[in-house]
Amino acid sequence: MSSKFDPQKNYQQTKKQVGYMERQQTAPEDYRRIGFMSGLEVHQQLDTKEKLFCHCPSGVFHRNEAYNAEVIRHMRPAMSELGGYDGTALMEFKTRKNIIYHINNETACTYEVDDTPPFKINPEALGHALKISLLCNLNIVGEVHITRKQYLDGSIPTGFQRTAILGVNGHIQLSNKKVNLIQLSIEEDSCREIADIAHNRWYKTDRLGMPLIETVTAPELMTPNELKEAAEYIRYLNRSTGLVRTGMGAGREDVNVSCKGGSRVEIKGVAHNKWIPELSHNEVFRQWALLHIRQLLKERFQKEEWKMQFQQLDLLEYHFSYQPLLDCRKKEHQIVAINLPGCKGILSHFTQPGQMFADEISQRLKVIACIELPNLLHSEQFENIVSKNDFDKIRSKFKASETDAQFIIWGAVNDIQTAIEIIEERFKMIFDGVPNETRKSLANGTTIFERVLPGADRMYPDTDSAPIPLSDEYINTLQANLPEETYKRISLLKEWETPIDSHTFILSKNLFPVIQEIIERFQYNPKRISTIFGHTYKHIVGQYKVRSEFNYRKLIALFHFIHEQELHPNIAPYLLPILYQHPSMDFASMLTSLKFKKRSMTELIAPIDFLIEKFREIRKTDDPKDAANWIMGQLHHQAIGNIELSDLRKNVDKRVL
Amino acid sequence: MKDLFQGYKGKALETLKKYNVRVWGKANIKTTRGTFNGTILPRSENDDDQHIVLKIETGYNIGINVGTISDMKETGYKKANYKVPEKEFPYTEGQPQVKLFGTGGTIASRLDYRTGAVIPAFSPGELYGSVPELADICNLSTEKVFAVFSENMGPKQYIALAIAIGKEIENGIDGIIIAHGTDTLHHTAAALTYMVQNPPVPIVLVGSQRSSDRPSSDAALNLMHSAVAAGHGDIAEVMVCMFGPTSDEYGFLHRGTRVRKMHSSYRSTFRTLGDTPIATVTQKGVKPIKKVYNHRRKDRNVKILPYFEEKVSILYYYPNMQPDIIDALVACGYKGIIIAGTGLGHVNKPVYPALKKAIEKGVHIFMTVQTLWGYVNMFVYDTGRDLMALGVVPLDNMLPEAAYIKLGWTLGQTNDRQKVIEIMQTSINDEITKREPYNGYLVYQGGVPEVEQFVKNFRK
Ligand SMILES: [Zn+2]
Repeated sequence: MSSKFDPQKNYQQTKKQVGYMERQQTAPEDYRRIGFMSGLEVHQQLDTKEKLFCHCPSGVFHRNEAYNAEVIRHMRPAMSELGGYDGTALMEFKTRKNIIYHINNETACTYEVDDTPPFKINPEALGHALKISLLCNLNIVGEVHITRKQYLDGSIPTGFQRTAILGVNGHIQLSNKKVNLIQLSIEEDSCREIADIAHNRWYKTDRLGMPLIETVTAPELMTPNELKEAAEYIRYLNRSTGLVRTGMGAGREDVNVSCKGGSRVEIKGVAHNKWIPELSHNEVFRQWALLHIRQLLKERFQKEEWKMQFQQLDLLEYHFSYQPLLDCRKKEHQIVAINLPGCKGILSHFTQPGQMFADEISQRLKVIACIELPNLLHSEQFENIVSKNDFDKIRSKFKASETDAQFIIWGAVNDIQTAIEIIEERFKMIFDGVPNETRKSLANGTTIFERVLPGADRMYPDTDSAPIPLSDEYINTLQANLPEETYKRISLLKEWETPIDSHTFILSKNLFPVIQEIIERFQYNPKRISTIFGHTYKHIVGQYKVRSEFNYRKLIALFHFIHEQELHPNIAPYLLPILYQHPSMDFASMLTSLKFKKRSMTELIAPIDFLIEKFREIRKTDDPKDAANWIMGQLHHQAIGNIELSDLRKNVDKRVL
Repeated sequence: MKDLFQGYKGKALETLKKYNVRVWGKANIKTTRGTFNGTILPRSENDDDQHIVLKIETGYNIGINVGTISDMKETGYKKANYKVPEKEFPYTEGQPQVKLFGTGGTIASRLDYRTGAVIPAFSPGELYGSVPELADICNLSTEKVFAVFSENMGPKQYIALAIAIGKEIENGIDGIIIAHGTDTLHHTAAALTYMVQNPPVPIVLVGSQRSSDRPSSDAALNLMHSAVAAGHGDIAEVMVCMFGPTSDEYGFLHRGTRVRKMHSSYRSTFRTLGDTPIATVTQKGVKPIKKVYNHRRKDRNVKILPYFEEKVSILYYYPNMQPDIIDALVACGYKGIIIAGTGLGHVNKPVYPALKKAIEKGVHIFMTVQTLWGYVNMFVYDTGRDLMALGVVPLDNMLPEAAYIKLGWTLGQTNDRQKVIEIMQTSINDEITKREPYNGYLVYQGGVPEVEQFVKNFRK
């Protein structure tokens, strides 16, 4: 092996060996080859007045500083109903975190901080969630059982989330395939994290306890684009009921991805559907890369043979100039070097764009050992932070061979102990393949380690609440008031010739029923109306701030007015911005503000001869088309709301051409 | 046979039998609402007979209405084994020897399928299995004296506990912990104060407001605090050890006679009334608040007085109380009555004749206050003087529950009116205090800016 090992070159080379390609260049066959498989857990907040298990208001949010009291808790793993401890639970216990909750008296009561048992489930939320379950073609349960799902990260003060299954075995219809749904549950939302520094994590409790549903698809989505389509579909479906919240954080996706030979990895809390393709693409290649690393290491060792060495470093013996290492003296922190036998080329092995294998370790140290970043130096860093001399000295202490790699870590004594265990554990995991874990998504399409993936072993019946029977009569009443299925809406939009670029806007804003009602009641042309909403109205929404008095009924009322006054609907694009900004204004005044006057076709075309004369005076060309265009421009404003512009054009053309 | 269908009855039981599917059997169920797969779970006896409980593959439980079932097949069987690893407690040379008595209650409970609620079932050994940190504090031996819910604790249990404690002290134990449900923890604490007098070592009652099957349970921390207090603390009294604040921070040690459960669900529910707690406790040690307390001793001179008369009652006075209530108690053979009176210790005139009759029949009647804080004072108003003239005896600032337990204990020893009054009015361990310190009554109200400031900055 060459003594001049170039980590950058190694990174690029391993990236090539893994076969990483840009998503735009990746074909469905490529995904099939590496066994891309994924499923979704779509979280959607319900629009209710109160929270799910107490009577605090839902949807009222506070700034980080706006709180009245604090509560501190620590979480301990508790056994599941079937008598086991959950892996994540034990890991989280290792982290020894102080969890600090900020409580604002307006939005949290003693229930949220687990000092009062739950009140009866919010019937409004249950009804909303059941309606959505029915739309998802799920088999509705006969009796709802509240279950506790352990979360030891502190995001819920009880240490568990109260959740219940409403239906199982449903499906949705995408453009090219039917996708099965495993289940839909109703649950309470968690706290919002304020900060996470070393052994302290802060949460605020305003969002905690808000009603939420989780729709889980089967792992049947075979490309990143299909995954996105399913996410979009479920979002449209949820919104088609008009019973869900919209806006920042109201809908979040967990994306489960694996490759052939890989493991289920969950990318948590993806806030935007448009991020899904890139995230899942990078994740499947990350797993592919980890399997490549396994192959490399297996060529060198058996799992049982591999053993790392570590020893404490004395600052005085080295010439470190790196500030975090120098600070260790003052903080009384330990510095420990670790020798990783046969791991040369592994640390700088490609995992994701901009990340190498050493980053996987660093992220685990941050989360599990609570050592803040930067928390790791190693022998394959692109920049030389530790001098070659110092590294040589460390290597000689271990009697390290040329094929070994080294880490330097530092931190409080207890944390360093955990850190050493974590590093050993993670390297042993290489031999097993891809660890099950949850990962946090970053805006650039890559992910970082979040937690070990919890199993089914963290479920426990909620002994604080009784089962809720769902009678056939109740289900039938809900069934009677459902919107049509979303795929039917999509095919109607196509039938109407609604511009393809506006489908997302119409479905996600749930404008479909508005458009449908306008078309059916007033017999307007579907393409015209849906285009007005898909283009003009979308532009207005992007341009102006919505007023609280505004609602969709007013949109329908506007078209009712146009119809009643026998105006032409082409005036709608001019009235809509006024309505949006001044929702309380009466429609007649809006017309006045447009200086609108009722005119017949005869009245409108009367001045054509005069205009032809006028054009002759100012004309720059002799093309009669220019004349027609100019005249149309002069009459356009008067014609709007009175006649079809194309009819006017015909009349103009007749006279000019 | 019945065990195959745990908790099922009526229609649901019939259905299970009809299709030959057992509890813990894996089943495929066809219904008018579609097909469901999962493991049949036991059903709580108090729930209806219209549903079958199923644990589906994702770990969630659901209920299936038996009326909708058209077919059902058992495809497998797997019984859950709910058991905490029971480990023998490791012995460490030089650590204090502590005995833990298990009595049941939330601190040691687990799921019960029969009732669907939590039942007291962890053995103290299992308890160690889930709180291994205890081994760093003391050498712990455990004994399950009984397994009952807090509300089922009574005179029999007080007496058994007092005798067991006496034996342990005689055998040279360094401290005693009693794991107990919280609802009547203060009753037991008072009873043991009277029954176990002059103990040379700490006797610490502990419970939890959140069962140990919850990740945020206060059980583990309370246990650790009580082990510190029992093994290392210098306060040799009967005490209650529970959360100080609602946060996981420190515990209080409350004197067994001055403590009361003050909130139905808060973790920091136990408060010392009319005084301060004796001490705070953390994993690092006990920090006394009160300067005067009984110190730990080397001798074994404890006095065990295990007596109790069960025919004692507590009467919570309300306006318009009818005299026949008192007549009824007398007719039923009650020998002692504690009245929790209004204000300074009052009841209305119409019950006077009934009280007079009762006292003449030899019933011992004492007065406490339902305000909980403050002293009985029957001299301030005529009504009070009239009551005393009838023979109702004031008990100063003794808490009604502490007084009730004390009267039962006293009447277990004597029925002599003068002796009973003398015992009742002679404080054993601060059930009556001579003075109420200014900081003995602190019920602050929210909304006041200064209080809000305090809550935000200090009351975690
Ligand atoms: Zn609340």
